Amino acid sequence: MSDNIVKVEVDGKEVEATKGQMVIEVTDKVGAYVPRFCYHEKLSVAANCRMCLVEVEKAPKPLPACATPVMDGMKIFTKSPKAISAQKATMEFLLINHPLDCPICDQGGECELQDLALGYGRDVSRYNERKRVVKDKDIGPLVSTDMTRCIHCTRCVRFGAEITGLQELGTTERGENMKIGTYVEKSIDHELSANIIDLCPVGALNNKPYRYSARAWEMVQRATVSPHDCVGSNMFAHVLRGTIKRVVPRENEAINETWLSDRDRFSYEGIYSSDRLLAPRMKSGGEWQDISWEDALEKLANRLNESDGANTGILASPGSTTEEFYLLSRLADHLGTSNIDHRTRRRDFSDQEYDPLLPWLGCNIEEIEKAGAILLAGSNVRKEAPIIGHRLRKAALAGCSVNIVNAEKYDYFFTVDQHVHDAGLVEQLAGIAVAAAAGKQLPAYLSKICDGIKPTEAQQAIASSLQGAEDALVITGLIASRHKASSAVRALSAAIANLTGARIGNLSEGANSAGGHLAGALPHRGKGGKPRERAGLNTAEIVAARLETVLLFGIEPDADLPGKEESVGKIEAQKFVAAFTPFVSESLERSADLLLPIGTFAETAGTFINCEARVQSFAGVANPVGEARPGWKVLRVLGNLLGADDFDYESSEEIRDEFLAGLGDFVPDNSYSGHKSIAAVNGADSLAEQLDVPIYQVDAVVRRATALQLTPEAKRTSGGSS
Amino acid sequence: MSKLRSYIKTFTLWELWQGLSVTLFNFFKTPVTIYYPEEKAPQSPRFRGLHAQRRYPNGEERCIACKLCEAVCPALAITIESDVGEDGTRRTTRYDIDLFKCIYCGFCEEACPVDAIVETRIHEYHMEAPGENIMTKDKLLAIGDKYDAMISADKAADAKYR
Repeated sequence: MSDNIVKVEVDGKEVEATKGQMVIEVTDKVGAYVPRFCYHEKLSVAANCRMCLVEVEKAPKPLPACATPVMDGMKIFTKSPKAISAQKATMEFLLINHPLDCPICDQGGECELQDLALGYGRDVSRYNERKRVVKDKDIGPLVSTDMTRCIHCTRCVRFGAEITGLQELGTTERGENMKIGTYVEKSIDHELSANIIDLCPVGALNNKPYRYSARAWEMVQRATVSPHDCVGSNMFAHVLRGTIKRVVPRENEAINETWLSDRDRFSYEGIYSSDRLLAPRMKSGGEWQDISWEDALEKLANRLNESDGANTGILASPGSTTEEFYLLSRLADHLGTSNIDHRTRRRDFSDQEYDPLLPWLGCNIEEIEKAGAILLAGSNVRKEAPIIGHRLRKAALAGCSVNIVNAEKYDYFFTVDQHVHDAGLVEQLAGIAVAAAAGKQLPAYLSKICDGIKPTEAQQAIASSLQGAEDALVITGLIASRHKASSAVRALSAAIANLTGARIGNLSEGANSAGGHLAGALPHRGKGGKPRERAGLNTAEIVAARLETVLLFGIEPDADLPGKEESVGKIEAQKFVAAFTPFVSESLERSADLLLPIGTFAETAGTFINCEARVQSFAGVANPVGEARPGWKVLRVLGNLLGADDFDYESSEEIRDEFLAGLGDFVPDNSYSGHKSIAAVNGADSLAEQLDVPIYQVDAVVRRATALQLTPEAKRTSGGSS
Repeated sequence: MSKLRSYIKTFTLWELWQGLSVTLFNFFKTPVTIYYPEEKAPQSPRFRGLHAQRRYPNGEERCIACKLCEAVCPALAITIESDVGEDGTRRTTRYDIDLFKCIYCGFCEEACPVDAIVETRIHEYHMEAPGENIMTKDKLLAIGDKYDAMISADKAADAKYR
C-alpha cells in the first residue's frame, strides 16, 4: 500500500481514500449523500454553509465534511443521530431568513434548499422575530436577482474569482448583514458569467430571459449541441410544449465540463424572434409573395434544371449540420458544379490545396490544460470560443506559459507571459519564426516575409518558451483564419511549430467547419476531402461572379460575408438567388429571389464535428416555427425533384451513416507541406477589429437573441464588422 | 305445507297488500322530495362545483402562476402559461380549465397556496357550443367576482377545519 492511500470507514463500510481528500469526496464516492450548499466540485472549499456536518469518531463536535481532510482510520457517520441533528439545526438557521416564496420562485422544484428542507427542515418555524430583506441588484440582462433568498454559500463569488478570473460578485458587510453584490452597481460582463445561475443552490440568481415562464417539472429535457462555436459544448434544451424555454449545460468533462458560455445558453431566444421566415416566399415583380413548399421547390428545381449546372454557386454557413453539407455537396455533384463553399469569412484562398483535411485543434480540448507552453496567434479566444478561453486560463493557472500574439490587445484574466500586439500579425509571427530558427535556415518560401527581420525581446522570449517547454502548442484563431494574408500566417505558425517542436492547431469558424470540410462543401475537395478534378469558385469568387443561380444556405449576406454591404450588392447582382434561411432580413429581401424557411439548430436533427474532430449527433429538440422544415429534408426533396440518384433518405441518421461510411477512418493532421506563393502582406496587416466578429454577432440566431443583444458586451461591440 | 301456504298467499294477493302498505305508510309521512329548481337541497360549504378564480379585496388577482394546480390535476384539465406581469410579478398569461376533462376532485383548490382557484357551489351550468367547456382566465375571474360573497363565506365557514 502506498503512503498516499488511507483507510477510512464511512457508515461502517471500509473505504480507501487518497491522502488530502476531503471527507465529502469520499462519502460521495461511496454514495453516502451528505447535504451541502456551498461545496462544489469545481470550486474551492469555503465551508461556510455548515450543512455538511458529519459525525467523526473521537471528534468532540460534528465536522464539516467538505473541509475535513481524511485521516487513516477515521470513522465517519453521515446518518448518525448526532450528524442528522447537527444538519437539522443548520437547516433551521438557514431557513430563518429565507422567504417562503417557493410558489413564485423560478428555482422552485429544482431548488437544493427546497429539497433538503423537505428532509431536514422542521414543519413549523420557531423563529418569530424580524426577517431580513435585501434589496435586489440589477446585474444585467442575463441574470435576475432575488437577494433576500440568498443563503451566502458564496459559490457565485468563488466562481468569479476562480473560474472566470474576473471577480464580478463579492460580499459586503458581515454576519446577518452580509450581502452579495457587485459593490458598484454594474452589469456582469464575462462570457461565462451566467453559469452562476446553475451554481446558485437557491433562487437568488436566476435566468432572466426565462423568468417566470415555466416550471422545472413541466419541461422536457432534450440533449443537444451548441451551434455557435467550434467547441460543440454539450447542452440540454428544456422544452415546454415544443418551445425551448431555456438551455442548461450538459456535463462533459472532455468538452465543456459543467460550464456553458452565455452565448450558448441564451441564443435560443433568437429562434423565436419575429424575424422568422414562416413560409416560403417568392419575389415576383419586385413583390414578395408567400407560396407553398411544393411550388417553391418546383420553381427552384426547374430553375436549376434549366440553367447550366456549372453556372451554379452554393454558399453554406459554417454552422450547417454535416448532413446538410453532405447533401449540398451531393447536389453540387449532381448539378455538375464545384462552386460550393462554406468558408464564408475567409479572405485568402491562395493556399487552399494545402489546407489540412479538416480544421483541427491539434490536440483534445482537455489536453490544452496540460500543455507546457502555448502560443495563441490571431485570436480573440474569449469571444471566439469561450470554453477554449477557459481551458487556456486553466493551463496558465497550472503553470503553462501562455503567450499571445495579436494585432490588437484583448483582456485576459490570467497571467499572459508575453502579450504582443504592437504590430501586425504577420510581422510578429515572422519575428518569432526568426527567433525560433536561431540562425538556422528558415524554409525558402518564408524568405520573402522573414528576410531582414530582427526579433524583438518579446518575440525571442516566446520562441524560447516554446522551445523550452515539454508539451508546446501553437494555436491560431479565427482572426488568423480571416486574415487577408492567412496563408502567410499559417506558413509562419507552422514554421514556428516545426522549429520549436510544438504541436499546431487552429480554431475554426462556426460549429461545423470540420463537417463542411469532410462532407465536401469545398470548391477544391469533394466528399471525404478527396480533391476535385478542377477546383470551382470559392466564396469570394462566387460572390463576385455573376452566376445563373446561387443557393445561400443559412447565410445573411450583410452579416455573414466579408465586406458586408458590398457583398449584399454583389449577391443582388446574381441572376437568381435562392436563400435557405430560418430568418428573413432586409438584406435577404433585397438580394434573394426565393426564400425557403429552414429550421435552426433546435428544429433539425444533425451532426456537428467539433475542433477536436469529435462527431456529435443530436436530434431536433423543438417544434419547427411556422412552415420551417429541417434543412436536410428540404435538400432531400430538392434532390428528388432534380432526379438525383439514391436520394431517398428517410432520416438524418441515414445520411450521417452514409457520410461516415464514405469517410472511413480519418486522422486529423495539421502538418504543413509548404507553399510557393504566399499571399503578399501588402504593407500593414489588416486591423484585428476589422477581422474580429463580435461574440454576439457570429450567426443569425445569436444576432436575434434579445437578452444577449442587451448585454454591455453587445453594446460595446455593435459597431464591429465581419 | 309450503305449497299450501303459497296457494293461500297467491289467492289473497298477500304480496300486493304488502307492497301497498309501504305506499300507505308513506302517504302519511312528510315528503322528502323537493320541487327542484324552485326548491333546492342544502349544500355543504365544501361542495365542489364550477371553478372560479379569486381576487384580493384590492382587486389584485390572487393567482401567482405557481402551476401547482396544473401539476396536481389528475385529469390534466388545467393548462397554464405564465410570464412576468405588468407589475413585475409572476402572472398567468393563460389559465384554462377544460370542464370535460375535470373530475371535480378539488385537488387544485387543495394545492393552491394563495386560495386563488376554488370550486364554488355552482353546479347548474351547461354548454351550447364547442369550446365553451374551456374555462378561460377571464371567465374564471368573472365567476369569482360575481360570487365573491358566497365563496368568501364558504371559505370562512371551512377555515377552522383546515
